[in-house]
Amino acid sequence: MATIAVEVDGLVKRYPKNPVPAVDGVSFAVEQGEVFGFLGPNGAGKTTTIGVLTTRVRPSAGRALVSGIDVVADPVGARRHLAVVPQRNNLDRSLSIRQNLLFHAAYHGMARAERVGRAQELLEQFGLADRADDRVEMFSGGQMQRVMIARALMHAPDVLFLDEPTTGLDPAARLFVWDRVRELRAEGVTIVLTTHTMDEAAELSNRVAIMDHGHLLALDTPDALTRSLPGSSTLEIAVTAREGPSGDLVEALGRLDGVERAEAVDEGATVATGARTLAGTGLRIRLYLSADAAAMVAPVAGLLGERGATLSDVRLGTPSLEDVFIGLTGRSLR
Amino acid sequence: MTATRAAAAGEASAGAGHAFLAVLYRDLYVTGKEIPAFLAQVVLQPLLLLFVFGRILTDLGYARGGYAQLLFPGIVALTAALTSLQSTALPLVIDFSFTKEIEDRLLAPMPVAWVAIEKIVFASLRALAAAVLMFPIGIAVLGSVPWRAAGVPLLVLIMVLGSLVGSALGMTLGTLVPPHRINIMFALVLTPLIFTGCSQYPWPSLSRLAWFQWLTTLNPLTYVSEGMRASLVPGVPHMRPWICIVLLVVSLALFGVTGIRGFLRRAID
Repeated sequence: MATIAVEVDGLVKRYPKNPVPAVDGVSFAVEQGEVFGFLGPNGAGKTTTIGVLTTRVRPSAGRALVSGIDVVADPVGARRHLAVVPQRNNLDRSLSIRQNLLFHAAYHGMARAERVGRAQELLEQFGLADRADDRVEMFSGGQMQRVMIARALMHAPDVLFLDEPTTGLDPAARLFVWDRVRELRAEGVTIVLTTHTMDEAAELSNRVAIMDHGHLLALDTPDALTRSLPGSSTLEIAVTAREGPSGDLVEALGRLDGVERAEAVDEGATVATGARTLAGTGLRIRLYLSADAAAMVAPVAGLLGERGATLSDVRLGTPSLEDVFIGLTGRSLR
Repeated sequence: MTATRAAAAGEASAGAGHAFLAVLYRDLYVTGKEIPAFLAQVVLQPLLLLFVFGRILTDLGYARGGYAQLLFPGIVALTAALTSLQSTALPLVIDFSFTKEIEDRLLAPMPVAWVAIEKIVFASLRALAAAVLMFPIGIAVLGSVPWRAAGVPLLVLIMVLGSLVGSALGMTLGTLVPPHRINIMFALVLTPLIFTGCSQYPWPSLSRLAWFQWLTTLNPLTYVSEGMRASLVPGVPHMRPWICIVLLVVSLALFGVTGIRGFLRRAID
């Protein structure tokens, strides 16, 4: 039986002055050596959940264990086993890169010779060795992110928490972080990461938990989550219509042969209902198909034509985690 | 079972002790790298106060010759209290609100309250260093400073207590006031603190201004200044040392609790 690295049971966090809990009854378990991804939009409760697990947020109810240690009853014990890479740079600006690593290890009681050796090792592994004695201010966002991950690894944590590890990074820096996460997974380090980009969650995680409004909506492997959607492929279309309620159009598309489900996709807003008219506006509709996507373009265009609407853009695809999120919440992730 | 648990607890507290010392060493190391900045922050103001009040005003005849001798202990007290206050208040506001640098220390394997206590200890060490520096500076500016070997135990006790009270008060203010109000806090608190703390006048001499004399008893700096006079210039009328010690201990307990509570509130959501 696999050992459990992180266990959360009925976790609730209410902030004073806010009637809606930030985290509302979340339960899950992370196995040792697993990469566990939290996917959800900003404000979903991902960072608060990580905050509880890393002893920085006191839960209102529920239990949270890291390496079998209750983070509320024994936060000091839990801190020995975990490390955090926060969203924001919190490196010690008064120290050099190397000193950031060395002092972190000293806080964790690592002997001098050991921490000097490990710092050198990590600096080389993270491509920081030639600038190790520079001050933090001289570094770019991607480099600081590397330093923060290297620092977190100094005390050889059992569980590493990465809060939005690639937000704001350029593509090269992002790939670098992804490679390091894969290496750590290969080494057996348990990783809990949060992200609001679906490809990051799908790419790195063994299992993904989808969160929204403080609730855990789904939890499974990326494959199983996408398989849970109706249909085997998707067709996303942009439509320009002269007038008429969009609900009728979406409904009609949903009745086409080979279409499992049709839904209007709107940036951030809930699914449009029949009340919304399309006059002069663009509408995006996502179709989950049981038939081949390319073969469906002609019947879809035909139906739109009959109703005086024009097809202005088409995207074929297989269902992604983003579709899962839309399927669960009716909203897009961004 | 009990033995293993006790052993584990012992190991854990030893680990927390190491973490505490490592964090303290970090602060001392950073200060050590920035000695000129440290001197500018802590020495310049008392140096000028001594020069203007102790030297210029007496040389020009606006103050009596003996004034410098009763001013000096007050300036040492002021230096200890203000240096410690400023060494906790402002850095905490910056750390919690802007740089977040303190987060790595909050995640060290020790109770969060120990991180707060480390800040108080470190700020007090800075303040003590600054207060000790006032003696050579006093000699340079005034020609001589009052000194009594018999007064040293009281002097040390008052300096240590004064520094701790200043650090704890600074932590209370730094964690109580919202970050965007910190400028106003300094104007509203620091300036009155400097001038109502009996550092420029002995407390008993205020008996002719009773309302002001009562006001000064609210300022813990008063007890530091008076305690310093008791140790260095006992000939000048001063408050009884035991009163100073008791009230400084009470202030330390009060501001220590409010400061550490405020720190915990900022550190843990």
